[in-house]
Amino acid sequence: MTASPLLSAFRSSLSEAWASGAGLLLPLGFFAGTATMVPFTLGSEAELLSRVGPGILWLALALSSMVTLERVFQADLQDGALDLWLQDSGSISLIAAIKTLTHWLVSGFPLVLLTPLIGFMLGVPSEKMIPAMLGYAMGGLVFFLWGGVAAALSASVSRAGLLIALIALPLYVPALIFGVQMVENGLDSPSFLFLAACTLFALGVAPAAMGAALRLAAE
Amino acid sequence: MSNAPLLHGDGLGAVRGERVLFRDVSVTANAGELILLRGANGSGKTTLLRQLAGLSQAQAGTIERAGLHHWIGHTNGLKAHETPRSHLRHWARVWGSARDVDIILKEIGLQRPANVPCRMLSAGQKRRTALARLALEDRKLWLLDEPFNALDTDGQDLLAARIKVHRAAGGAVIAALHGASPIEADREVTL
Repeated sequence: MTASPLLSAFRSSLSEAWASGAGLLLPLGFFAGTATMVPFTLGSEAELLSRVGPGILWLALALSSMVTLERVFQADLQDGALDLWLQDSGSISLIAAIKTLTHWLVSGFPLVLLTPLIGFMLGVPSEKMIPAMLGYAMGGLVFFLWGGVAAALSASVSRAGLLIALIALPLYVPALIFGVQMVENGLDSPSFLFLAACTLFALGVAPAAMGAALRLAAE
Repeated sequence: MSNAPLLHGDGLGAVRGERVLFRDVSVTANAGELILLRGANGSGKTTLLRQLAGLSQAQAGTIERAGLHHWIGHTNGLKAHETPRSHLRHWARVWGSARDVDIILKEIGLQRPANVPCRMLSAGQKRRTALARLALEDRKLWLLDEPFNALDTDGQDLLAARIKVHRAAGGAVIAALHGASPIEADREVTL
């Protein structure tokens, strides 16, 4: 497959995300809202917040990554665009990967950029901010890729939010564990390497799984 | 011109739950032919067409295709935010087509709503947009599911003329249809 279909899929996904308007901001709002409400539930003790802050942000990241996943492939199935991608027997896996990565770029990456602000609010130490941002970028990618697999598997199911959560959340766990440890122990810890391995594994396996799931959904 | 069929499906079958939709169906499309798939609602016309297009696995039998085909399904493949022009440009880029999208839009009668988002188009205009994809790239085989649906008389005449030209140029068409056909077929496969 040449780069042209992939670039076209990227442009099409970007314009689709842009056309969704406020829907684009939903994960951002969910992430910021969850993190902001934590002090109201745990109390405003600075030491406690700085200790649990990174973990809270990881949880908020994991949950907000699922907010808009439902429509990533379902719309393609319903409007017939999936059939057009499948008809040339080109690699639907690569197209699915591009769509998911675009989704991460518009819905997941802004969460990384918001991390310093939310982290500051929660009293996350400044020396942990860079590992946290790197971790959220890598972990977010893992979440969106496995979430993409769940979205592809449930593309033919209406109101699939719960199903997506049931499929995706167990797959999030390794990245969540290593991600939290990496923020705690820094970039020179083994946890960073394990998180990188989780990211590479997801990048290698998730596209093929999404492709197979989408072929099943089109049946 | 090669005498090999553009598509040959042999002994095809499909089952839904415990119900056999169709069995032992064979379809061959040679250059210049129009094959109509006929049958009552729910008889499996769309299922058979999707099998022929490779979108569904044939549950029985074998299918051989000579090359790429165009697929126009029940759904038009349009995004709500796309305009006819942006839709055609998108698929032209995907297929590496250098055809002039504006000329295609004019020929299919979509010059005026070319920049109108698809969510605001009529059903007939959406159908025309989908059918315009056929002109983006020369593909010998067209697989069309109820292609005349939602088209007005002009649109039906336009599509019938397109199919005639395509057949004359050595292409073949397999179309699922119910009701009267505006075009005469070489063969009908009844399910």
